Amino acid sequence: MPRLVSHPDEVKIVSRRFGMGATKIDRYLELGGYQAVKKCLAKSPEWIIEEMTASGLRGRGGAGFSAGMKWSFVPRQSAKPKYILVNGDESEPGTCKDHLIFLHDPHAVIEGAIIAGLAVGARMGFIYLRGEYRYLLEITERAVADAYDRGFLGKNIFGSSMEFQIITQTGAGAYEVGEESALMESLEGKRGVPRIKPPFPATVGLYGGPTVINNAETIATVPQVINLGAAAYAGLGTPRNGGTRLFCISGHVERPGVYELPMGYNLRKMIYDVAGGIRGGHKLKAVVPGGSSTPVLLPEEIDIGMDFDQVGKAGSMLGSGGVVVIDDQTCIVEFALRTISFYAHESCGWCIPCREGTDWLKKSLTRFHAGFGNANDIDNIQYLAENMLGRTFCPLGDAAAMPTIAFLKKFRKEFEDHLNGKPCPFAREGVPQLTVV
Amino acid sequence: MSPKNKSSETMSVFSPQLAKRFDALVQKYPVKRSALIPMLLYAQDEVGYLSDAVVAEVAQRIGITELEVRNVATYYSMLRFKPAGKFNIQVCTNISCMLRGAYEVYERFQEELGVGPKGVTPDGLFSVEEVECIGACCWAPAIQVNYNFHDELNPDLVPGILSDYRGQAKAKTKGNASDA
Repeated sequence: MPRLVSHPDEVKIVSRRFGMGATKIDRYLELGGYQAVKKCLAKSPEWIIEEMTASGLRGRGGAGFSAGMKWSFVPRQSAKPKYILVNGDESEPGTCKDHLIFLHDPHAVIEGAIIAGLAVGARMGFIYLRGEYRYLLEITERAVADAYDRGFLGKNIFGSSMEFQIITQTGAGAYEVGEESALMESLEGKRGVPRIKPPFPATVGLYGGPTVINNAETIATVPQVINLGAAAYAGLGTPRNGGTRLFCISGHVERPGVYELPMGYNLRKMIYDVAGGIRGGHKLKAVVPGGSSTPVLLPEEIDIGMDFDQVGKAGSMLGSGGVVVIDDQTCIVEFALRTISFYAHESCGWCIPCREGTDWLKKSLTRFHAGFGNANDIDNIQYLAENMLGRTFCPLGDAAAMPTIAFLKKFRKEFEDHLNGKPCPFAREGVPQLTVV
Repeated sequence: MSPKNKSSETMSVFSPQLAKRFDALVQKYPVKRSALIPMLLYAQDEVGYLSDAVVAEVAQRIGITELEVRNVATYYSMLRFKPAGKFNIQVCTNISCMLRGAYEVYERFQEELGVGPKGVTPDGLFSVEEVECIGACCWAPAIQVNYNFHDELNPDLVPGILSDYRGQAKAKTKGNASDA
């Protein structure tokens, strides 16, 4: 069972029911569950969308788009059915927050999905979990069945005239399916390749119908926004970055864990206070602030507030909230190689710049790390990565290129140290060196 | 087209329980084909891998060609066309796990089992493979044995994990023997 952590600076909104037995529907109700959806049933769809927009809640999957705005793009009238899609395909390395949401509070996801349905006029929602999360799917399926039994799902929910159905779905192993249009393809029983945009899912999505697709954390936050009120929720964060967020702090820290902190919380404090600092008395070398696809930050760059805008200004991205902390015993070339190997493995192969680019970056970095690099390689790797940017249907190509470029720019010296017949300077006795096949 | 209840009436590669589950699964979605990926995964859970017979029956149940089934199945990393061990050990070596010693854990599994990457032990009990992020980054290094997570590992915990699963397998065989 994943360990739960806590820290006095935490503001528990999404995680407030973690560890409290809220997978059971009665317990969820005792803890204030399904109040928000009842409130929404008495209001207009426009009111719900306005609340969401005013709350400043931005997409927790990584892109950080305003949830309320996304919902407002769905046309009121549609010949085809509309759908709500909960993205629980959590796969961005460094990210494990949805894992805890489904483990401890699946009803919050269900309640959030119903509210989204009321807001846009959808009568059906899907909760898509990655295939590896089988035990979480089973927990979620029990929660859905309980909600049907109580009349919270189905026709005439909560005794109203409204209908909302939820279908759960498992993936079968694919990072790319976390991309919204690829997820729709997967849910339609196809290979998870992205669709070209426009049209955007809000107009043409699942089965061709208007679709709202939100990250599981975003959806689980929705009932809390309604309960607290948009202004109070927004006030917890920074301007344009409402509320709190689940930060997954992993890597070389003393107390790794998922901590819920206000948006804009200082990154240095997050590492040194909340997570207990660098383990084993070592020094900080680098931080990947928002999942493996976000550009790395140096120790002198971490005095920033962790919200979408401030991290963006620092040249990186808040992404999915996966803060990966790297100490000075780590080889950055090896870390870059492991990162690009992941993207090479996960590229769906649909767009050539991504399919070929990730593969070549992996090959070049493998050779480089093994001590067979030459001086031109450093510039060539950067040139290759830069030419992948913006040239693919979905952001996977960028996700692979951006961190690579940042590693090269910020740690050029370390790349150079691998040259001239000096294989990895960090090679240590008894520690296997990464060799990628 | 085949009669509606073909699966339960005629020969199926799946157990009656799974066949019944599939009958329900194809009704569950607005579009039948949405059942394809769950169906392949659940079939694999029971049969062990996507054999030709599994592919053929899934194709027939969804109403698409075997080629279409294979086209989709080859995309997803959890789906396999060859048997794995009864307990498939999946060691995450992605960044958060790597930083906390995943490769040492991965090596130890291979040493203890005497097999290389994706290798299956001669008794068919275990297989071991390196996998991408499994969403347990804050409890790294982590592995999955089939669908079970094991968190916060180090190489010294490896023998204990293996003996637990050996014990489980033994208990099961004994149970089956006494049933007979």
